[in-house]
Amino acid sequence: MVRKYLQIGLFVLLAGVIYFSFITPAPQQIIGEASRIFYYHIPMAWLTVVAYAVNLIYAIRFLKTRSELDDFRSLWSAELGTMFCVLATISGSLFAKVTWGVYWTWSEPRMLSIFILLLIYGAYLSLRAAIPTPERKGIISAAYSILAFPTVPFFIFIMPRMMLSLHPADSVVGKNLHFTMGGTVLAIFLVSLFSFTVLYFWLFGLGIRLYKVQLSRSEEA
Amino acid sequence: MSSGWTTKALAVLAKDIRTELRTRYSLNALFMFAFTTLVVVSFSLGQLSLGVQVLSALYWIIIFFASMSALSGVFVKEEDAKTAQTLRLFARPSVIYAGKLIYNMLLLAILCALLTPLYVVFMNVTVPDWPLFLVVVLLGIIGLSGATTIIGAIVAKANVRGALFAVLSFPVLLPLLVAAIGGTDAALVGAGWAGAENHVKFLVAYAVIMITTSAVLFDFVWNG
Repeated sequence: MVRKYLQIGLFVLLAGVIYFSFITPAPQQIIGEASRIFYYHIPMAWLTVVAYAVNLIYAIRFLKTRSELDDFRSLWSAELGTMFCVLATISGSLFAKVTWGVYWTWSEPRMLSIFILLLIYGAYLSLRAAIPTPERKGIISAAYSILAFPTVPFFIFIMPRMMLSLHPADSVVGKNLHFTMGGTVLAIFLVSLFSFTVLYFWLFGLGIRLYKVQLSRSEEA
Repeated sequence: MSSGWTTKALAVLAKDIRTELRTRYSLNALFMFAFTTLVVVSFSLGQLSLGVQVLSALYWIIIFFASMSALSGVFVKEEDAKTAQTLRLFARPSVIYAGKLIYNMLLLAILCALLTPLYVVFMNVTVPDWPLFLVVVLLGIIGLSGATTIIGAIVAKANVRGALFAVLSFPVLLPLLVAAIGGTDAALVGAGWAGAENHVKFLVAYAVIMITTSAVLFDFVWNG
């Protein structure tokens, strides 16, 4: 029953975000209408990282507990993360076209970091597909997930500094986009961030419930 | 870290060197791959006057692809020859990891020692700052083998090894490649140590992080 109300609450929040993100004035005047994408793009990018963190936590836990459920949680979070990562990449690319005139540039550290995450997710899933035995699948892919993790902070914290040393500040992508987050914009953004995060955890829980149901069914059969 | 540990790690290394010298399979594959790529690059781009940035990028691209062709061999050959079990009985995982890591480093060092003079000749490169160049290459080798040794062990447990090795390595190696290309660039421009400081620091940090993470994870991968 409680779950039902939470679902309705999430529906209302997301519907509200969609409604208000289009009805209120555009958050950034110079870019105009296209800047509304920021209400969706940033939550997607954020959830890509959250999903990877959850994947990592359960990967570490799996190596300790060796429970199949932890392995499934790790995998399921990676699958959800891949979805959010694709969405973040596409929405970011569209935004780049509007603001910088190109769909893709390698000199923007954030684009690079989201792309690396996409590659890591892709590598993780193809590694799993290539290992025949289930127990081994969990251990080896957990190890890869942990190994790939240190590259993420490299790209988020260190790369931007190195790139600034290489690229002059007046380059096209070096231009700072100032979002003056007024009250309404900030409110919609925060609600959007919150409700998409809840959506992720709801999807995460849903997958695990499904897995448990399937598991108990196969045990009965 | 007793003396027994070091002796055993060196024994693993010696064993790999001995088997390698019998066939020279990895070294031949590694060098011929790098040489072919170099000739293709030189043949197709030799007419153009290439900038320093392009030259340093091409150098690392050749090394990257050459290492993708051979570096997973250390573990794949153990699994293929069914000798992995015996090796498990012989020593602790950390010993085996250390031996294999040093072996891969040596392999890459030999490759770079052979490739670099050829690269300088074929691509008509002038290196104003050899010490910096060599330091960047050496750190690059350490980082590259630090990351690829464990990925080789991972890949040895999977099915489609050749393609998978490159797929798994690329995202992990990309930070290294960016820094190594930047550092080589600084050495070729003659920007000196000040110009390459960030890249060198990054390469050191990368190697330390990768080798420590691998050392922790290797137990799971090797026995998994």
